[in-house]
Amino acid sequence: MDIDLITNILFAMVRTGTPLLLVALGELVCEKSGVLNLGQEGMMLMGAMAGFAIAFTTGNLWFGVAAGIAVGMLMSLLFGFLALNLNANQVASGLALTIFGAGLSAYIGSDFVGKPLTGMEAWVIPVLSDIPLIGKALFAQDPLVYLSFILFGAVFIFIYHSRPGLILKAVGESPDSAVAVGLSVIRVRYLAVMFGGAMAGLGGAYLSLAYTPLWSDNMTAGRGWIALALVVFASWRVGRVLLGAYLFGAASILHLVMQGLGVSVSSNLLATLPYMATIIVLVLLSSNQARIKLFAPMSLGKPFHKTQ
Amino acid sequence: MSLSIQRRAEESRVMSYCSPLLALVLTLITGALLFWVQGESPLGGLYTFFILPVADLYGLSELGVKAAPILLCATGLAICYRANVWNIGAEGQLLMGALIGSWAALNFLETTSSWALPLVLLTGAFAGMAWGAIPALLKNHFNTNEILTTIMLNYIALNLLLFGVHGPLKDPAGFNFPESALFTEGITLPVLMEGYRLHLGALFALLAVAVIWVVLSRTFIGFQIRVLGLDSSAAHYAGFREKKLVLLVLLFSGGMAGLAGVSEVTGPIGQLVPTVSPGYGYSAIIVAFLGRLHPVGILLASLLMALVYMGSEMGQIEMGLPLALGGLFQGVLLFYLLACDFLILYRIRWQRADTNAVASEA
Amino acid sequence: MKTRLTSAGLLRGAASLLLAAAVSSSAFAADKLKIGFVYVGPIGDAGWTYEHDLGRQEMEAALGDKIETSYVESVSEGADSERVIRKLAQSHDLVFTTSFGYMNPTLKVAKAFPKGAFMHATGYKRSKNVGTYSARFYEGRYLTGVIAGHMTKTNTIGYVAAFPIPEVVQGINAFTLGMRSVNPKAEVKVVWINSWYDPAKEREAAEALIAQGADIINQHTDSPAPVQAAEEKGVYAFGYDSDMTAFGPKAHLTGSVVHWGGFYTETAKAVLDGTWKADDTWGGMAADMVKMAPYNAAIPKDVVAQVEGLKTKIIDGSFHPFQGPIKNQQGKVVVPEGTTMKDGEILSFNWYVEGVQGELPK
Repeated sequence: MDIDLITNILFAMVRTGTPLLLVALGELVCEKSGVLNLGQEGMMLMGAMAGFAIAFTTGNLWFGVAAGIAVGMLMSLLFGFLALNLNANQVASGLALTIFGAGLSAYIGSDFVGKPLTGMEAWVIPVLSDIPLIGKALFAQDPLVYLSFILFGAVFIFIYHSRPGLILKAVGESPDSAVAVGLSVIRVRYLAVMFGGAMAGLGGAYLSLAYTPLWSDNMTAGRGWIALALVVFASWRVGRVLLGAYLFGAASILHLVMQGLGVSVSSNLLATLPYMATIIVLVLLSSNQARIKLFAPMSLGKPFHKTQ
Repeated sequence: MSLSIQRRAEESRVMSYCSPLLALVLTLITGALLFWVQGESPLGGLYTFFILPVADLYGLSELGVKAAPILLCATGLAICYRANVWNIGAEGQLLMGALIGSWAALNFLETTSSWALPLVLLTGAFAGMAWGAIPALLKNHFNTNEILTTIMLNYIALNLLLFGVHGPLKDPAGFNFPESALFTEGITLPVLMEGYRLHLGALFALLAVAVIWVVLSRTFIGFQIRVLGLDSSAAHYAGFREKKLVLLVLLFSGGMAGLAGVSEVTGPIGQLVPTVSPGYGYSAIIVAFLGRLHPVGILLASLLMALVYMGSEMGQIEMGLPLALGGLFQGVLLFYLLACDFLILYRIRWQRADTNAVASEA
Repeated sequence: MKTRLTSAGLLRGAASLLLAAAVSSSAFAADKLKIGFVYVGPIGDAGWTYEHDLGRQEMEAALGDKIETSYVESVSEGADSERVIRKLAQSHDLVFTTSFGYMNPTLKVAKAFPKGAFMHATGYKRSKNVGTYSARFYEGRYLTGVIAGHMTKTNTIGYVAAFPIPEVVQGINAFTLGMRSVNPKAEVKVVWINSWYDPAKEREAAEALIAQGADIINQHTDSPAPVQAAEEKGVYAFGYDSDMTAFGPKAHLTGSVVHWGGFYTETAKAVLDGTWKADDTWGGMAADMVKMAPYNAAIPKDVVAQVEGLKTKIIDGSFHPFQGPIKNQQGKVVVPEGTTMKDGEILSFNWYVEGVQGELPK
């Protein structure tokens, strides 16, 4: 492999990992508050559809991005109402959101299928983008990729170095003691769920506005699930979410590159590589039980009953 | 006047039966509204969607054909979820059952022995069990999260199936197209009625429902599973072998899904094709929740789910309605059910805003 | 021309429900020719199903009120397809099943409805009332290959392909032969993505190929994502199935575009006249079933002239893309000079011609 090829693979790795990173960051915050939302795929699809529809009608990509975020948030409110207000089972509510989002996006989006749109163009940063190997991957991307870097930093600081981040974790670890010190569990959880929805919507809009600027039914093709898996994979640590997203991006590019290099293994077997790799890394990461317990939010998935 | 919400002292039995019905009625009303938005007659739409598909014996038998694999997977999932084991992998377990079962079937193409079919079915079920054992062993020995491993194993199983059907199991006389040879009569699941497609797999599904009903309500294993699901530390305290139970429920679930897979290829499909399952394993997750993990509940839920699928086909044929309506209905139904379940634990009352009234009621 | 129910009003009770049933069945009693379509993807996939649906609409426009059509989209090729085909057969005179996986189910249903006419796309099995049809995509593929041979600078062309089935291999070979006819140094890199339709995956494959030096991307998948990737990276691309110029005005050189409308209209007319026979139609440019998308201004005039010249020769039969000498990957002449491959051989391609890199997955 020559330098150019590696540079290009790194570039593609960041792009491929970006939607996963965005969605997984949102879900991480959501899960830190103790809420498991399996509706990522549905919110992503709605975000992708709304983003494309608005960008196509208004001709402004940034309106599309905003619409994707807003619709993702709206969808998450639906989940929030069921899971937080009505204390419904979170797994089931999330699944319902995914099915509903897939159906609704196909239903509303049917007028926009097959329509062309000029996608988001790269902002190439001079000088920096000429750094060998990593320059292109980090400094010749479209603005949403840069936004994902910023959001990663923001989430990192929020979780580890801010007071609201502490509150979020307190609510996720032990809602009852959070109430005891005067925090509103439901409000914190609502905000976390909405952030998750906004990020899923943004991830979807990234697909339909930058990655493959088009809308079609079910275009996320399971990426919402992969993002969910990444959060567990990262054992709820922000840095590892980034690592996981790019690792998965690299694996899904690499099996295609290997075909191009003429590796004579069945493409079907090569296609299992990213999933095998995920399982193996997961085994390596989770064998230490004590460490997992340290990072998984204690009350994850458990409804919170306000004691009156 | 204002609404007030009160927690019930105990779960309302009446509401736990009424909630699904209420959800169904709300879904039908929403459906009628959607048809109206589409410019169709609401009642005509509902009729086409929910009654026309099963208006004749053929339709009813097809309902069974569609529901059988979903129900088989859902019985296994219900047991898993009762034990708090979040198996998302029924789809992969089903595909492995279909793949390995087909491999066995293709080795019996020439045979006339009546042992061939049971052997093929067993192979398929075992393949599903083996695929289900992987996340169990990983969870027990490496503490991996089963949601994640089962999702990954679904993708791996799908690619293995594609590998098989494009490679070693391809019909040698099939011009290189990705299908296996057609299975011979001896290794095809018998149909229950001549001229209809309803096959033995539907009976397997009913049997599985009976089995989990007995296991859950009448056996010590069932009791252990329930305790494990409610409170894992209590299970630990009571000396239950938690790891053994995790393995057990995943083996059962994998076996049922594997059986569903091999029943599809030896039943209505009759050969191995790349698209054995249009997502039965995922539908089964919804069915398990819709049926609130209760044997009878999932039986009804699987029939309802199958009906929605068939209804969306019928809506397209008869009225040119968009396909997406089917998915919308499923999502909406699940939403309403979850919302209505609120009434099992809480009661809603109209009350006057003045505090005396509240006091006197309390 | 959807069947529309108008008489049943809102909420008139159970009586109007029955009335709706009566209306819906009587609407089908008129003596128009009813034609049903089974689609494998959503109509909005911008590729395969999209083109079939355009064909259906063109037929409707041409035959007006002599016919009435309905369709079912995204029908899984597994157990569901037989039910959908049967449902259509019950109320339709002519049924088009538009994907390879519907082959055996179509034959099964046709047997039960001997009076119905069935047309199955891209399959190889026929019966008394099941005909088959497909398009000679390879003719257009060859011409795109000629253009690629002239336009490439890196002598590497990337090919994003769905599944290693004969139809796809045929296209890769035709493209490579066309390319090598003008540029014997150029080579084709193939990446299989194991999906007909997954925009992000198609895009990743295109990016992987561009990263490896491909300066032209060709595709045998349904979405315009590879064209978009090429546009962004400043390389060229060929679309497939439909005219994808809009998705990459600078990148899109041209493409092999399919056109079903004429064929569908002819078939429907034949059934109306009672002259329909269940035979095989494999039409190419001469039958107007395969066309070239508009040429990009970047293609030099003499290249366009050469391609148009070849097109005329293909249409009048004086040139065939698969005429000898054709060498396989080992450089051995498989089709000697002076002979042309027979249709059966073309339809069951399971080897690459010289100029394709890598091994064909077996």
